[in-house]
Amino acid sequence: MSNVDIKNQDIKKATRHVNQNEGLIFERSSPGKKGYRLAPLDVPEVDYKKALGDSARADLGNMPEVSEMEIIRHFTRLSTWNYAIDLGMYPLGSCTMKYNARVNEVVARFPGLANAHPYQSADVSQGAMRVMKTLSDCLLDITGMDAITLQPAAGAHGEMTGILLMHAYLQSKGNPRKKILIPDSAHGTNPATAAICGYAVENLKSNSRGMVDVSALAAQMNEDVAGLMLTNPNTLGIFEQEIHKIADILHEKGGLLYMDGANMNALVGKTRPGDFGVDVMHLNLHKTFSTPHGGGGPGSGPVACKKILEPFLPKPVIVHRADGTLAFDYDRPKSVGRVRMFYGNYGMHVRALAYTLANGPDGLRQTTEDAVLNANYIRKKLEGEYELPYKSPSMHEVVFSDGIQEQKGVKTGDIAKRLIDYGFHPYTVSFPLVVHGAIMIEPTESESLEELDLLVDALKSIAREAEEDPEFVRNAPHTTRVKRLDETAAARKPILRWKPAAKSVGE
Amino acid sequence: MRYLPKSPADRAQMLREIGCKSIDDLFAPIPAEYRLNRDLKVPRQMAESEIIDYFQECASSNAVGYALFLGAGAYHHYRPVVIDAMISRGEFLTSYTPYQAEIAQGTLQAIFEFQTMICELTGMEVANASMYDGSTGAAEAMLMAVRITGRKAAVVARSVHPEYREVMHTYTQHQGLPITECGYLENGRVDMADLEKKITSDTACVLIQSPNFFGTIEDVAAVADLVHKKGALLVVSIAEALSLGIVKPPVEADIVSMETQSYGVPLGYGGPYAGVLATKEKFMRQIPGRLVGETKDKDGKRGFVLTLSTREQHIRREKATSNICTNQALIATMATIYLTIYGREGLKELAQQNLAKATYASGEFAKKNKVLFAGAPRFNEFVVQTKDDPHAINQRLQEKKMIGGFPLGWHYPELGNAQLWCCTEMNSKEQVDSAVQVVGQ
Repeated sequence: MSNVDIKNQDIKKATRHVNQNEGLIFERSSPGKKGYRLAPLDVPEVDYKKALGDSARADLGNMPEVSEMEIIRHFTRLSTWNYAIDLGMYPLGSCTMKYNARVNEVVARFPGLANAHPYQSADVSQGAMRVMKTLSDCLLDITGMDAITLQPAAGAHGEMTGILLMHAYLQSKGNPRKKILIPDSAHGTNPATAAICGYAVENLKSNSRGMVDVSALAAQMNEDVAGLMLTNPNTLGIFEQEIHKIADILHEKGGLLYMDGANMNALVGKTRPGDFGVDVMHLNLHKTFSTPHGGGGPGSGPVACKKILEPFLPKPVIVHRADGTLAFDYDRPKSVGRVRMFYGNYGMHVRALAYTLANGPDGLRQTTEDAVLNANYIRKKLEGEYELPYKSPSMHEVVFSDGIQEQKGVKTGDIAKRLIDYGFHPYTVSFPLVVHGAIMIEPTESESLEELDLLVDALKSIAREAEEDPEFVRNAPHTTRVKRLDETAAARKPILRWKPAAKSVGE
Repeated sequence: MRYLPKSPADRAQMLREIGCKSIDDLFAPIPAEYRLNRDLKVPRQMAESEIIDYFQECASSNAVGYALFLGAGAYHHYRPVVIDAMISRGEFLTSYTPYQAEIAQGTLQAIFEFQTMICELTGMEVANASMYDGSTGAAEAMLMAVRITGRKAAVVARSVHPEYREVMHTYTQHQGLPITECGYLENGRVDMADLEKKITSDTACVLIQSPNFFGTIEDVAAVADLVHKKGALLVVSIAEALSLGIVKPPVEADIVSMETQSYGVPLGYGGPYAGVLATKEKFMRQIPGRLVGETKDKDGKRGFVLTLSTREQHIRREKATSNICTNQALIATMATIYLTIYGREGLKELAQQNLAKATYASGEFAKKNKVLFAGAPRFNEFVVQTKDDPHAINQRLQEKKMIGGFPLGWHYPELGNAQLWCCTEMNSKEQVDSAVQVVGQ
């Protein structure tokens, strides 16, 4: 038995097994292989070189030529190298990696929806529009807001839309103002968004309880500040208990409260941002509403707002016509404009509605309760083994730090990599920035008690390993098909595409 | 609730261990006056069979089984079944952004292959891992040109998709970046004389689309010459990516922004699609969005990682190249599989079929109506001018289960009753003949 095997004897969740090697698809290619056959052409052929003249293409370079069998093997093999929510828990804080129901995939592929052209007329699109309208109505009650757009393609895109709404509203009052306040615990997209919308970013410090320092806010708030971008619960998983005071301070000076809805999974069915003073917010359908993450997207980032911001929503907006049918209204003179062509990531709207229907009001509430229960269970079980920098109550996620393990030279990133050997995807590493060596865990509602206990056991075991053999943890993962990859080399001399082996000069 | 893997006993045990009497204790941090003490007003919990029925009803009240002659930025192409078989695998569908490279090599390698294919197709040297879509990609390309040149204005051809142009205006409205538009000629191509007048010493880039919104293929080399002479960059936007099977890639461009929907992505009422930005190596560090790069592990084994992330928001915050985070990875994977299936020969054959169908259809329409923008090459779209209002024509077509071309007058009043038609490999000769007959005139 090797040293690694001995060390891994305690791992319950995962066992190493053989998986297939596979090169790049270009390395499989050879001339004459085909993975397609076209139907015969039923109109006269056209000589494209003659028709296009100077605009005709010579050839398609290194595009692959492979058979269908090889394509299936290639992508199936690749897929087996990925971790996925279908395989197990993803305790990624702030990412809400929950179960993606298969019925959502089925309904999104119904031909009447999947093959609908965005420019086909409204009278043959009523069903597609009804999905958007019904989802909109559900999201409005869930958020406690008055109006909504489904157009933004992702969370950051929603942020941009929301800040543009604020800008347009303040402009209509005479002064768009110069600054946006952003807490030090915020997602990186928040300051990047403010900058795109032409605002300067001013940092807002949190207090010792991990919440917005209300007196600091009062001191920083003035007529130059357009508003505050706040995540609630914040990225420490803590509910901003003085949320209404925060809103009041902003509103008194004519500013607005933007809420980053990344953490709505802690709130759905229990409280509504519209009720606690938020003016505008985005939702991440790929987080709270279970649309699949797909290895990085697509997402969908609807933006909900109060009545005062409605005139500025991106166009078109969906409306009822006099005869009761649905239509798109493009006549929106105050609109901030379009943020994306067509109507947004429509396929995600379909999936999010299917999720909402599968849950109903009782299911949505139970979902939120289970998400918060799971996070608090993990907190209880791991407190002591890992340092808990903020003692305020946790909602749907809990943030520990590597404070204890760092004394042995083991950092949050090392613990995360070792967790891979235990069959888990790592938690969120080194975020939020306000916690040194953050270990940010969001289990979501999708985990059983057994899976939670496995995670707890794994993290306890790694804490022990860090104590006894820190070097071993620092070199993790030990069981993956590739070891830790050299990211520095990747960035220093970037290789961003495959190239055929060098040919001799003159070729 | 069937998605929740806990029994009432599990919940009771967990609460006990946490030291809570009831779940309400965990929600105590929410001030009492803001707690929701009623059910949400959403439809009641449904069985899976009811969900299927609900969406079946929605789907069937849309056009189903209609012949489709609409393009205009969203194209109807055949989707080989292998695509959905592969991307439905949970390991692609339900995985997260590949930050943890050791357990995300599948997604990373697929995206590396995507980036390579986009370079091969566009003639560029580097491509990113995807953007939201072609419209936002074009807007980001413009902002990228501003960062590279330090100049603060842009010229956009009026023959660029009208909704792309709207998105560019939205993105740039608070950037102090005035956008001027340049006109088109009778052959549908960019009016070079007008363009020359519009480019100033402040112009960061000129953005054209090819094939453009009228289906006309631009003389990219000539436009590039003019633009480069004035010290600006050329951005070429491609909405119908299948054209690259037979159309010369825009190698003279500095940045290419492409919508990849034609590569096996369903029309899906407008999304999700995937955009992508490609550029020259020297501009690599100004590209927004994620990039996958090749590297080695400790044992020297090849592997892939997300790289050059110091451009991105999670590191650079307000100084990032863009605020983009989530992109369209699964859609890029769809495109990669599609491009693998058709490959070097199939993409050409397929593009040739599209050209043949559109050539046949425009020839048939030309027998009784005027086909506009003659004198420049086109791919699978063409513009027909009729005496009748195109909306009336489309109504007549709809009664025969056909969806007619896009009426251009809305965005181009000067084109009156003109309609933008699209024919792909999905349109049979029989469909074309029926449509021509219904349009009549």
